Amino acid sequence: MKGIAVSTTVNGDAVDFVCEGRETLLDVLRNRLGLIGAKEGCGTGDCGACSVILDGELICSCLALGAEAEGREVETVEGMADGNKLHPLQKRFLEKAALQCGICTPGFLIAAKALLDSNENPNESEIRFALAGNLCRCTGYDKIVRAVSAAAGDLRRQKKARLKRRATK
Amino acid sequence: MTDDNKFTNQKFKLVGKRVMRPDGVDKVTGRARYGADTFAPGQLVGAILRSPHAHARILGIDTRRAEKFKGVKAIITSADLPDLTDGDGDLYDILENCMARGKALYDGHAVAAVAANDAEAARKALQLIKVDYEILPHVTDVDEAMEPGAPIVQPRVQTKDKSDKPSNVAGVTTYGHGDVDAGFENADVIIEKSYKTEQVHQGYIEPHACLASVGPDGHGELWVTTQGQFAYRNTCAALLGMDISQLKVTSSEIGGGFGGKTHVWMEPVALALSRKANRPVKLVMSREDVFRASGPASSTSIDVKLGATRDGRIVAADASLRYDGGAFPGPWGEIGAMAAWACYDIENVRSVGYEVMVNRPKVAAYRAPSAPMAAFAIESTLTLMADDLGIDPVEFRLKNAAREGTRASYGPTYGPIGIVPTLEAVKDHPHMRARLGKNQGRGVACGFWFNFGGQTCADLAIGVDGTVGLSIGTVDVGGARASMSLIAAEELGIPYEQVRCNIADTASLGHNDMTDGSRGTFSSGMATIFAARDAIEQMRKRAAKTWGIAVKNVSWKDGKAIAKGKRKSLTLKELAEASPNTGGPISGHSQTVADGAGVSFASHICDVEVDPETGAAKVIRYTVVQDAGKAVHPDYVEGQFQGGAAQGIGWALNEEYVYGEDGRLQNPGFLDYRIPVCSDLPFIDTKILEIPNPNHPYGIRGVGETSIVPPLAAIANAVSDAAGVRMTHVPMSPPRILAAIKSASHEQAPKN
Repeated sequence: MKGIAVSTTVNGDAVDFVCEGRETLLDVLRNRLGLIGAKEGCGTGDCGACSVILDGELICSCLALGAEAEGREVETVEGMADGNKLHPLQKRFLEKAALQCGICTPGFLIAAKALLDSNENPNESEIRFALAGNLCRCTGYDKIVRAVSAAAGDLRRQKKARLKRRATK
Repeated sequence: MTDDNKFTNQKFKLVGKRVMRPDGVDKVTGRARYGADTFAPGQLVGAILRSPHAHARILGIDTRRAEKFKGVKAIITSADLPDLTDGDGDLYDILENCMARGKALYDGHAVAAVAANDAEAARKALQLIKVDYEILPHVTDVDEAMEPGAPIVQPRVQTKDKSDKPSNVAGVTTYGHGDVDAGFENADVIIEKSYKTEQVHQGYIEPHACLASVGPDGHGELWVTTQGQFAYRNTCAALLGMDISQLKVTSSEIGGGFGGKTHVWMEPVALALSRKANRPVKLVMSREDVFRASGPASSTSIDVKLGATRDGRIVAADASLRYDGGAFPGPWGEIGAMAAWACYDIENVRSVGYEVMVNRPKVAAYRAPSAPMAAFAIESTLTLMADDLGIDPVEFRLKNAAREGTRASYGPTYGPIGIVPTLEAVKDHPHMRARLGKNQGRGVACGFWFNFGGQTCADLAIGVDGTVGLSIGTVDVGGARASMSLIAAEELGIPYEQVRCNIADTASLGHNDMTDGSRGTFSSGMATIFAARDAIEQMRKRAAKTWGIAVKNVSWKDGKAIAKGKRKSLTLKELAEASPNTGGPISGHSQTVADGAGVSFASHICDVEVDPETGAAKVIRYTVVQDAGKAVHPDYVEGQFQGGAAQGIGWALNEEYVYGEDGRLQNPGFLDYRIPVCSDLPFIDTKILEIPNPNHPYGIRGVGETSIVPPLAAIANAVSDAAGVRMTHVPMSPPRILAAIKSASHEQAPKN
């Protein structure tokens, strides 16, 4: 067999696949695993439409090789919702009309998640710079920034409520 | 009357509400399928070989080695796409653009294509195709292309300049009225200025992508990212010699188009490959291909002459507009000439548009195509004139603005229009009173777009449970399904959630023109109203039958059939449930040519800060005021305003096709062709005005395009205010602004 056997975790599930050495993680996700949420907008790491989180780090999956996923954890947009409960970012993107065509949306959601994972209360400027690696041609980013800011508030409130519940137990 | 398009000034229960879009969950969970997101059993992967030369004769193409390469299933050249265009020049241009025929006309022009088992085999096979080129002299600049002795791009196009020799000018059109020369004689002040704008790309994030399948039985299917499945079907069928009914085109979710997906690019190639290989073929452009071989908008060179009296009245206006169409004749100069002076009421006015061919990719529509460049030149000159006359630029525009009854420079007489209200709103906007800091300046500019109507139809099927499936044929580029569902629910008198709007494929609905010209919500909105009214007619009949009374005694109100003088009613749900026994399924249909798309106007305010050290300009505040007629879903109307402004900002400050001396595109990627990113922009404020369109039942006007028209000039006017330099060349990139600042300070320096 000329392929490389890879064992990895995608959205919490153990996944095994065989890929060629030159295959990008993006191609593996889309063509071998059927996860089409990550998009190829440029193939050169300029647009962010293929953003995924690899071991907690935001990356362009078009710039990583499939084989690099070995033994690591990949998070994609398909794993953001908790069962049938949308992630606050997904909810706020819909509520605030932060998408028009939607092609960049999975990448923005993942990039925003990576931001909020590390900064629970970003200001406008922090949001804008954290999302500067993701291109959107439809919205002018206005409603995206507002959605991320609102989702950050939701997550903070959720966290507070969780801590309160824990304290009263 | 089910198809009366007159504005009725009804009170809305749903239209105007900010509801959740029906396609939203799929788009935030990664489920939505775009052009590249579908797969067919046994599919091959296509790839296209493109010319590395700006202009070259193709002496021969040797595909023998590539054909023998393992995994290759089909190779095509122009020989596999015979000319079936039967004298249709526009169609021939599309054919020639899909695949070079004897000559490569620009860097990136397709020369041959391969279908293979996988992408790697296809890529390697391309390298084995040997093309023998004879390099020809090229021209890529619009002004140079008009000079005598310039290389001729298309000898087959009958072109004539004043000397009757072949030229690169494929057409000249003139618009206007009055006596322009006499008008200038009455002017106290005349300003003449020349402008240039560089070529830009629509920059949709989703590259062109399709999955084509044609069998030996002559039947074909095409899944494709497009703004118009019906137009793609008709064009592809014509080029491949197929019956229209034998080709089913399904529009995928579309990842941005902005006009660039109104034109067929590589879809006929994918179909031809599939036909030859007898296998489905998936063909996806790389970003480099997108830049080199699809889109872009024209580069332009424009002269403006403006004459006014001291009291601030424009007495004469003249513009000469030269637009490149790439290597093919375009309508772009003409559209620019039509749009040029449309905002103003001018007695003596003229605009002349030139269609210029150069060795660049075939120009495509880009959001209000041709209007932003004309507005850049004209709105810059207007502010120069206002400054010269010592009149506030907004007041100067108000004094000369078109009104109801004004004869537009391009011919028609306006009905109720929004240019004066948008300017009044600008005048009263707090943005205009905000204080500016050091190196900051403010600019204002106006914009116009025609808006289109066109062929449209819709089907509205009422399920037995009382829910409604609405099928429309205009592709949803950013929220239209929500708007259409709102309209259907409003008309039927049922909750929004009971309507599901779907985009039909070409086998499921009659012809619809494309989603272009800001026509989607206007036209399909109208067709949806008519289809709903048709369904209501059916339901009134069913109710009358049930009650045993005459149909004329039944009316429809709040989702119910009610009988005059009787206390009974039948809800839509009750009628639907009973339908199997009252005459079968209930559905409404409509077909129309949606006439009377109301023209659209916008006025923008922009603040910029210019760094005098680097010449970098940054937009620090931006406000869009635009007439929407009626905002069906205000979130997505605002979104159109903001998106257009952002594209205009990129065009004004950064974006530019850079060609080398060799005629090759130097920056075919998002790294070097830099569109605005999140950290480049401020929040973009919007104000929606609603001046009803008298030719739409709900007063709707198109809203999608006008917002890209004013930014170039608004920013140029702001840069002038901030840095004291008048920029006449777009993009106003840091080197250009810095050079202008340096040259201005040099001129001001005391001479020894």
